[in-house]
Amino acid sequence: MTGSIALLAAGIGAGMTIIGGALGIGKLAASAMDASGRQPEAAGNIRTSMIIAAALIEGISLFALVICFILAGK
Amino acid sequence: MIEQDTTAIIDTLKEVSTAKGDSGSNWIMHHIMDSDKLDFTPFGSISLPQIHLFGFDLSITKHVLFLWISAALLVFLMIRVSKSYKKSLVPKGAGTLFEILIEFVRDEIAKPTIGKGYEKFLPYLLTAFFFILISNFIGLLPYSATVTSNITVTSVLAIFSFFMIQLAGIGKNGMFGYFKGLIPHGVPVFLLPIMLVVEILGLFTKPFALAIRLFANMTAGHIVIYALISLIFVLHSYLVAPVSIGMALFIYLLEILVALLQAFIFTMLSSLFIGMAYHQDH
Repeated sequence: MTGSIALLAAGIGAGMTIIGGALGIGKLAASAMDASGRQPEAAGNIRTSMIIAAALIEGISLFALVICFILAGK
Repeated sequence: MIEQDTTAIIDTLKEVSTAKGDSGSNWIMHHIMDSDKLDFTPFGSISLPQIHLFGFDLSITKHVLFLWISAALLVFLMIRVSKSYKKSLVPKGAGTLFEILIEFVRDEIAKPTIGKGYEKFLPYLLTAFFFILISNFIGLLPYSATVTSNITVTSVLAIFSFFMIQLAGIGKNGMFGYFKGLIPHGVPVFLLPIMLVVEILGLFTKPFALAIRLFANMTAGHIVIYALISLIFVLHSYLVAPVSIGMALFIYLLEILVALLQAFIFTMLSSLFIGMAYHQDH
């Protein structure tokens, strides 16, 4: 019983993490597109900042993924 | 905390791969984890030496071997490139690729984030960038292992970044000045103890996040590819093969992008933290 609840928890946790991460990166990409459209000269700067912010958001969702790996092994 | 995490992850993965009879996850975990055999599957396998010295387990495992291969490749390539600059300042052939990458690290990563005095930290940033890039790319070849998908290797890289950050901050601002500069201006006096604790904790969590980000990105990409290919065996049918291999190919291309991106992000964040510690009055 403990084994299967841990597996279920890992699956639900991974799913919810992905929802949060994808929402965050989606909003980020949307505002980056808006800003690049308003001022095409700044597109290079905006692209660099967007990639940094996306990597930070993805880093957070990967913390939760590591916890799900640990749970799935129990 | 990192050690507890590491042993927890390794112990649970070992349990999964040996205890459960499910051959799908066995196969995936066997490829992701470190092993003391070089496995060339249809042709056989080479057993690597096990060395136990003074009670420490210093055996040469697959990841250790590929760590040496990455380091040797890095040193060899960089010495070739630097020697070719002695002949003429304009590089030819493969040297142009390294010139583009080195200028990228210098102009887009080091100069904007560290500002004045960035030359001191450029050797470390270039080493980190190229080592992570080469290790990530070697991990994408068949029959090889990704060194950066081992939490101990990424932890060591993050510890090096931690030492660079502290050396930069304490070297420029002095021991007391560095800790004083951690707390931003205009903070009410009754918040000072909390701010100090939070900032000192922040000094440790930032490199920890660097280590986990690199480790999890590399491991997750490989697990997805193996899981997609193992769909063929789980569903016991060859008809799944075109779809499965198509999706695995797409994820493989994404992996190439992630390999480049993670090297860039590690170097960029290290350089950002070094810049924040070096020029504290920003």
